[in-house]
Amino acid sequence: MRTSRFIPILALLGAVVLVQLLTLAGGKAFFLTQLTMSAYYTLIVIGLCLLMGFAGQISLGHAGFFAIGGYTSAVLTTLDLAAYKENPLVAMLAKAGVLTARQDLYGGSLLSVHPWAACVVAVLLAFVIAWAIGIPVLKLKGHYLAMATLGFGTIIYSIVLGTQRFGAADGISSVPPFPLLFGVSVSGDSSLRVLNYYFAWLLVTVAMVLLLNLISSRVGRALRSIHGAEDAAGAMGVDTARFKLSTFMLSAVLAAVAGVFLTHYNGGIGPSEASIMKSVRYVAIVAVGGMGSLWGTLIMSVVLNFLSLRGYFGSFDDAVFGGILIVIMLFAPDGIIGADLRRLVGKIANYKQQNSNKSQ
Amino acid sequence: MFFELFFQYLVAGLTYGTIYAIVGIGFNIIYNTTGIINFAQGEFVMLGGMTAVTLYGFLPLPLAVIGAVLITMVMGGLIEMVFIRWLVKPTVLRMIIITIGISILIREGALLVWGEGVRSLPYFTGNEISALSLGGVRLSPQVLWSIGVCMVIVLFLNLFFKHTMLGREMRACAANRDAAALCGIPTKNMITLSFVLSAGIGALAGCVVSPITYTQYSIGSGLAIKGFTVAILGGLGNSMAAVAAGFILGILESFSIWVLPTAYKDAISIAILLAMLFIRPSGLFGNKEAMRLKDF
Repeated sequence: MRTSRFIPILALLGAVVLVQLLTLAGGKAFFLTQLTMSAYYTLIVIGLCLLMGFAGQISLGHAGFFAIGGYTSAVLTTLDLAAYKENPLVAMLAKAGVLTARQDLYGGSLLSVHPWAACVVAVLLAFVIAWAIGIPVLKLKGHYLAMATLGFGTIIYSIVLGTQRFGAADGISSVPPFPLLFGVSVSGDSSLRVLNYYFAWLLVTVAMVLLLNLISSRVGRALRSIHGAEDAAGAMGVDTARFKLSTFMLSAVLAAVAGVFLTHYNGGIGPSEASIMKSVRYVAIVAVGGMGSLWGTLIMSVVLNFLSLRGYFGSFDDAVFGGILIVIMLFAPDGIIGADLRRLVGKIANYKQQNSNKSQ
Repeated sequence: MFFELFFQYLVAGLTYGTIYAIVGIGFNIIYNTTGIINFAQGEFVMLGGMTAVTLYGFLPLPLAVIGAVLITMVMGGLIEMVFIRWLVKPTVLRMIIITIGISILIREGALLVWGEGVRSLPYFTGNEISALSLGGVRLSPQVLWSIGVCMVIVLFLNLFFKHTMLGREMRACAANRDAAALCGIPTKNMITLSFVLSAGIGALAGCVVSPITYTQYSIGSGLAIKGFTVAILGGLGNSMAAVAAGFILGILESFSIWVLPTAYKDAISIAILLAMLFIRPSGLFGNKEAMRLKDF
């Protein structure tokens, strides 16, 4: 990583610290809750940005991967195996530390899967599903790809909504905290709010570093060539199918990780997280941020998610995202923080230069 | 008893099949002239049903239905003129996202105007409990209405596309837009017309099935996926095949309740859609060779 690329990352970390200090100074510490949630949503969106903006493949089913992560983790950490203690397999898992005993809300003891183990299972599951779905789906293009991913999202939604084990319309609640180091855990506990905020944004920063490195590498160039002209890329020896699939899987894993942590943070997950509207919302954010601009996507994701979570859009929440989609795609298909802004900055710079030339 | 149940499911399947078929045809009409899949197609059905219910408050039923169809046609035309007409060679990705945005706006607008309530038109003839008995199978007259209207729409479209100047111009536009423009066909107007037409038949379908399936602000997106499944199943662009595919999907769905929980009913059609896309994207009745020529 060249030093010049450190600067935006440092700026991001600086902004994260600055925002925390500002909320502290302004007495608005409760904003951090929504900012933490925004961070997790940002994790999905930057992954989707890699898929849409760089590999040029649309996905209208990313809320499905979020739900796979979130629900797997929620189910495994809330299920009670205490009754099967005698079962050799259960006993073995308990010994290995995969299962942990804990107290439930009413003081009864539960034997359920340790959050870390659940997280690993959830991410692996998302990885495998993305692989299995990705192979056939990514052969499709245009409308077919959009509809197939939409179909995948809808299936996940109807499974989640129609299955009793997943809590049907109520979702799953009382998900335990996710223990990190030194007694800190990912949970909605207000005493851990600041630490959780930093943890979430650290996760986003790590993901950003990874993605930024990826897109400025050989892989990134290959992806851009696929976006530009897939046939030509193939003719140049780029293994288009493999690159598209691994990008799809990477973005699915990011979505699942976000799902796992947000579920532990919120202490539960509901079927609305798997809904098509959520997937469309992620696409909208990528579109506003500028297809192919990770930083633009990150900024718009924080702004829009924060406003939405704080309820500034009221009952027009979905309508706002629908409107954003149309306006951006009609007038600025490259996004507002993408090429247009750069062009505008360039124009202003040129204009100033010309003026200063004139005055001389 | 078994056979009666069998036919009861069959009839239910045919009823749903008609509406899927009509949404599928709507996809095809717009796809043929523009190469766009209009993700807001299901919203036309919802708008038609909702507007008709409102108009029925102060108009007799036939006028309310006609009024609703006309209003939705105007809406369809306006949507095309405002959002699509002036775009210069938009990419497929851009069009997908724009039509998704349109469908969200229509849905949220409907929520604002009509609220979350479930509404329905009265039965066109008879009422909820009147039924024709055919050898032990009970058949609501509204089922005959919806199947009949579907048939009339298909017949009308066939005549329109084959035997009128306007229809032929639209087909020319579908075959080759540049060549059609060189022949003096106003291709932009043809595209507007295709939106008007598919909005109109969508609205008519929305009115006819409203007494049986009810209408709510949110039914559009589900119908759009079903309609797209039907359009793919029949082969994209082939309206006649869409009718057959609509009935197939409707019947499959209806019989799936026999073996699977109803909650998974929607998943069935999507599983069919995915399977078709993976195995035979040219559709059951489509031509593989012809499919390769289309740009995706």
